[in-house]
Amino acid sequence: MPQDIPIAHQVKYLIKKEIQLEWRSKYALNGVLLYVVSTVFVCFMSFVTMPDITWNALFWIIMLFASINAIAKSFLQESKGRQLYLYTLVSPEALILAKTLYNMVLMTGLTLIALLFYSIVFEAPKGVDFPMYFVAVLLGSMSFASIFTMVSAIASKAGNGGMLMAILSFPVIIPVLIVLIKLAKNAIDGLDRSVSLDEIGLLIVINIMVMATSLILFPYLWKD
Amino acid sequence: MKNNWWKILGSIFLLYSAVAGFLMHVPRLPILHESIRNLYFHVPMWFAMIFLFSHSVYFSIRSLSTQSPVDDRKAVESVNVGVIFGILGLLTGMVWAKFAWGEFWSFDPKQNFSAISLLLYFAYLILRNAIEEEQKRAKIAAIYNIFAFPMMIVLIFVLPRLQDSLHPGNGGNPGFNMYDLDSHMRMVFYPACAGWVLIGYWIYTLRFRISSLVYNQL
Repeated sequence: MPQDIPIAHQVKYLIKKEIQLEWRSKYALNGVLLYVVSTVFVCFMSFVTMPDITWNALFWIIMLFASINAIAKSFLQESKGRQLYLYTLVSPEALILAKTLYNMVLMTGLTLIALLFYSIVFEAPKGVDFPMYFVAVLLGSMSFASIFTMVSAIASKAGNGGMLMAILSFPVIIPVLIVLIKLAKNAIDGLDRSVSLDEIGLLIVINIMVMATSLILFPYLWKD
Repeated sequence: MKNNWWKILGSIFLLYSAVAGFLMHVPRLPILHESIRNLYFHVPMWFAMIFLFSHSVYFSIRSLSTQSPVDDRKAVESVNVGVIFGILGLLTGMVWAKFAWGEFWSFDPKQNFSAISLLLYFAYLILRNAIEEEQKRAKIAAIYNIFAFPMMIVLIFVLPRLQDSLHPGNGGNPGFNMYDLDSHMRMVFYPACAGWVLIGYWIYTLRFRISSLVYNQL
């Protein structure tokens, strides 16, 4: 029964299950990688070169669409049977926590690979504060993961996939994206790090807020 | 009469703010001139909107635990009225922006973010249309409403403060408190806010009663 095992263990097993499932099909990983690579190429064909400010904005827009596609599957692709099976096995808090954490790791990896590829194709602006940009990438992946996981749960329950996912998540993600682009822009311009503390703080607060509301709300969503 | 005093109060406040708002003394300021009177109409729209959205979230939280369709209808009707106030707030703001800043849409952070926060509530309404089953719709919509509310707070109250804005009180601009030291404006502004909130609530109760009638007929 769900109550018997401590929640941390449940989360651990669920993350393990996600990784195993992912490794078996490699669908999300390869799919999203190909998605990012082809989008970067399409952008390269149309832009060829670009100013620094576009470099940053375009990267986050590509990542926005890539992460929607990567994370949408986390609930949308679970079959009804498997959902019922999980429902009998684990507590809802453990499930949402595991999915969110797994997506955070997945997104961080994807974003780093994408960033590497992106800066090979489009030459990175000079004087980038790389550690700071890395912080932006990390916070961005985490925020994308936490918000999209919950929205994907809502969209999957509403039972009409991709379109609803985009409509529901865009207004929620826009504030995060604005702060993120500003933070990344500060890093590109090589501004003093203390300038960006506000943005970092706000992103962390948004993340905690989203995680807390997901943890509270998901149990209601989960039981039919 | 005993239960309806607030409707009369709201009407009186509104009439008073409309008449006094156009006739009473306002400070003579460069750029703003007489358009400062729009303060009595533009800002109360946002107060009414925030009030109705908070009201809606309260009933969404309640509907999760009670599972009652009444609470759900209360939540959605508040959003319906709140969205109208949001649109009116944007429109009054755009007219004011045209005369004070030169463009209807000046890419001011507050303008952009309040438009985005309205998108949240349009998404909520579309989410409701997407689900057929009544109980499921109530539950999922309530969850999205609660999930979106903190984001709306961030959009309207936190983000604009981090950026330079043309609005008063942001990015080094003096707040409105600077202008109305004679507190003439407050005598109209506060009743206007209270009046619009009361009238907004009244419209909501009417809409709720209509939707209850429709619901009970089915």
